[in-house]
Amino acid sequence: MKRKIIDKIMQFLIYTSGVLVCFVLLIILGYIVLKGISSLSLDFFIRLPKPVGEVGGGMVNAIVGSFVLVLLSTLWSVPIGVLSGVYLAESSSSAKPSNFSSVLRFLLDVLSGVPSIVIGIFAYSLIVLPMKKFSAIAGSFALGIIMLPTITRTAEEMIKMVPRSIKEASLALGINYWKTMFFIILNTAKPGILTGILIAVARIFGETAPLLFTAFGNRFWHRSLFGPIAALPLQIFAYAISPYDDWHKQAWAGALVLILIVYMIIFISRKILLKYR
Amino acid sequence: MLETKLEIKNLSAWYSEHQVLKNVSIPIYKNKVTAIIGPSGCGKSTLIRCINRLHEIVPNAKVEGQVLLDGKNIYDIDVDPMEVRKKVGMVFQQPNPFPTMTIFDNVAVGLKLNGIKDKKVIEETVINAIKESGLYEEVKNKLYSYGTHLSGGQQQRLCIARTLALRPEVILFDEPCSALDPISTAKIEDLILELKKNHTIIIVTHNLQQAARVSEYTAFLYLGELIEFAPTEKIFTVPKDKRTEDYITGKFG
Amino acid sequence: MGNKNFADKLFFSVTKVAAFISFALIVLLFIMLIKESGLSFSKFGLRFFITKVWDPVVEQYGALSFIYGSVISSLLALLISVPISLGIALFLSEFASKKLKEFLSIIMSLLAGIPSVIYGLWGIFVLAPILRNYIEPFLQKIFGFLIFFQGEPYGLDMLAAGIILSIMITPTISSISKDVFESVPRNLREAGLALGATKWEMIKIAVLKTAKQGVIGAIILGLGRAIGETMAVTMVIGNVHEISLSLFHPSATLASVIANEFAEATTDLYVSALFKIGLTLFFVTVILNIFAKVLIYSTTKKYKV
Repeated sequence: MKRKIIDKIMQFLIYTSGVLVCFVLLIILGYIVLKGISSLSLDFFIRLPKPVGEVGGGMVNAIVGSFVLVLLSTLWSVPIGVLSGVYLAESSSSAKPSNFSSVLRFLLDVLSGVPSIVIGIFAYSLIVLPMKKFSAIAGSFALGIIMLPTITRTAEEMIKMVPRSIKEASLALGINYWKTMFFIILNTAKPGILTGILIAVARIFGETAPLLFTAFGNRFWHRSLFGPIAALPLQIFAYAISPYDDWHKQAWAGALVLILIVYMIIFISRKILLKYR
Repeated sequence: MLETKLEIKNLSAWYSEHQVLKNVSIPIYKNKVTAIIGPSGCGKSTLIRCINRLHEIVPNAKVEGQVLLDGKNIYDIDVDPMEVRKKVGMVFQQPNPFPTMTIFDNVAVGLKLNGIKDKKVIEETVINAIKESGLYEEVKNKLYSYGTHLSGGQQQRLCIARTLALRPEVILFDEPCSALDPISTAKIEDLILELKKNHTIIIVTHNLQQAARVSEYTAFLYLGELIEFAPTEKIFTVPKDKRTEDYITGKFG
Repeated sequence: MGNKNFADKLFFSVTKVAAFISFALIVLLFIMLIKESGLSFSKFGLRFFITKVWDPVVEQYGALSFIYGSVISSLLALLISVPISLGIALFLSEFASKKLKEFLSIIMSLLAGIPSVIYGLWGIFVLAPILRNYIEPFLQKIFGFLIFFQGEPYGLDMLAAGIILSIMITPTISSISKDVFESVPRNLREAGLALGATKWEMIKIAVLKTAKQGVIGAIILGLGRAIGETMAVTMVIGNVHEISLSLFHPSATLASVIANEFAEATTDLYVSALFKIGLTLFFVTVILNIFAKVLIYSTTKKYKV
């Protein structure tokens, strides 16, 4: 009898935790949507921030800034990551796998666990210090490093998942080795690699810590990629800890926009995965 | 008059230390179908993979001996294996169309990646190849949808079209019907008979009836050695070797 | 890969260069952290980690209060998150139908996808007021005799940081635990049930016991994430350099002090001390991660055919 009661209680608790997590997500998202919608206006998307004390204005520079930063990071991180993935996949299929590739795999694993703030100060020391100013370049450098392990690992795994027969079919057509890798094998692995890239992009879109001392933020349009640039998460942070009510409202609006962008990217990545499965 | 298109001479092959072919010599006649039969693991697939130099892509694989294509040894140092593979096409056991490409691109990609740029030429060649493979009527309205939506038999004919697009002189078939139903198999066999008018064909098969139906010459391999090579009807009616007789009468394999 | 021509060789050299760049960046990260924290090492040595004075005015830096803040906020997060995460993981692996599994996995990925800064925003404006006005006074009324629940309820304090972190690490711990539970072979479960055990007893004997190592790995991975988490914690923890046993007292963590003070660090020694904290974070999280992965790997592989 006692055993039965314990069984029932534990099962109840297990079910409860499932319900609880849905509930938590609901209140967090609920607040963002409610507060966000009530603070959102057209101005938010087309106006620059107003000076302190003035009501109104928007975050158009930060929205654009975020896209610029993510684009720049993707631009360098995707080629390096995918090619590194090709290298790793290649070396594991060759007769004697090199020690270098095991070391690299291990280091990438290590990198994926390094807190993003640490990546931020690394980018600061390597790029901001020598250039003597905060810049979009430094911000994208930091974000790109955060993407690197995810991209490399998915590229490697997706390439390894391409059946041998595909490679053989291509070689049997007299297609060069490198063209086989680039146009046939990578093409076959493309949906999976794309999903990995999008997951990494969704993550860096919301990253704040690595941008604090690199991109730094900007209340105006950025003048060049070699100067400070605004980013949506940075702006949300700055406004959230400010003492002004109007800025708090804008922070909520920014949060809603940011989360919609992030969820949209996650949604697209899931769609791609399902389409090709 | 019989013309020798290919001559396999004293060919031996290894995977690491394991020898899978032992000093095999076979002539392959032009515009004929030559079948290679034998129990599983006898080296049939390895033999034809040596003819388009696909054997060597496996790490630690090794080949000795000669394969003469129109009198020229394809293993000579000045021969580019890619050129050999353009002349000697191959169709695999499992239909393996490129999954992320459309039907059209599956056939076109070999041309494009081998440096043909003229869109008109590509289109013409692709359509012809699809027609030759007997697939055209079935796919003419969905040339730009994915090849993976086709049935197994259609996929296999797509793979044949992919090979034909490069205008190969020799086509290797590696058990092309082992994954197909009887109707698809019949279609492929008809196609092979059609193709031999313009091509020299080698087919590996473990289906003896298939060898009897499509081939003029048959080679019987056993444990990496060539036991017997002769016109197909001779092999099936008056085999010289006891082991050939045992195999075709179903005593082993 | 057999004989390759020049273009092939070139292509593979390019991939090798890319791989080397990845490698060099990671090594450089390590080198820069060490180099930049050099000044602080020569000045304070290892004493840095056991002194709590952090005073830019007199150029004295010790990280103890931040270490304390990181450890306590993360442990608090584990205390809240672990039972719930394990509940979710068991629910997914032992009870849920396929549809429900799909649904919960979407919920989890949505929760995991929320950027840290948004958790912080929510923490400041939703969680903190609730803590300050309802939960903390309530806790004080009942457990006020314990030192953990004494002092003025701020709302932006250690408790808030712990709660926010617990939400953030739940997707990590539960999804990995679920994988570990699912790697337990079916026949172990059936054997348990055949012995007349109730479902919970079966879970306890067959699933939890077999998966113990992997679950510990999942928890350690969650701990690593909690320690490295920056923005949300920075926004809700109150940022005071003090060691207090009360959970209602504002505090600071290793990550939050970098986020807060790096931009205003004016002297070389100040910057160097912050880099040293970064290096500490690097080492701690890397060791936790490696340890966790070894544990997880050893359990999930054990039963793979």
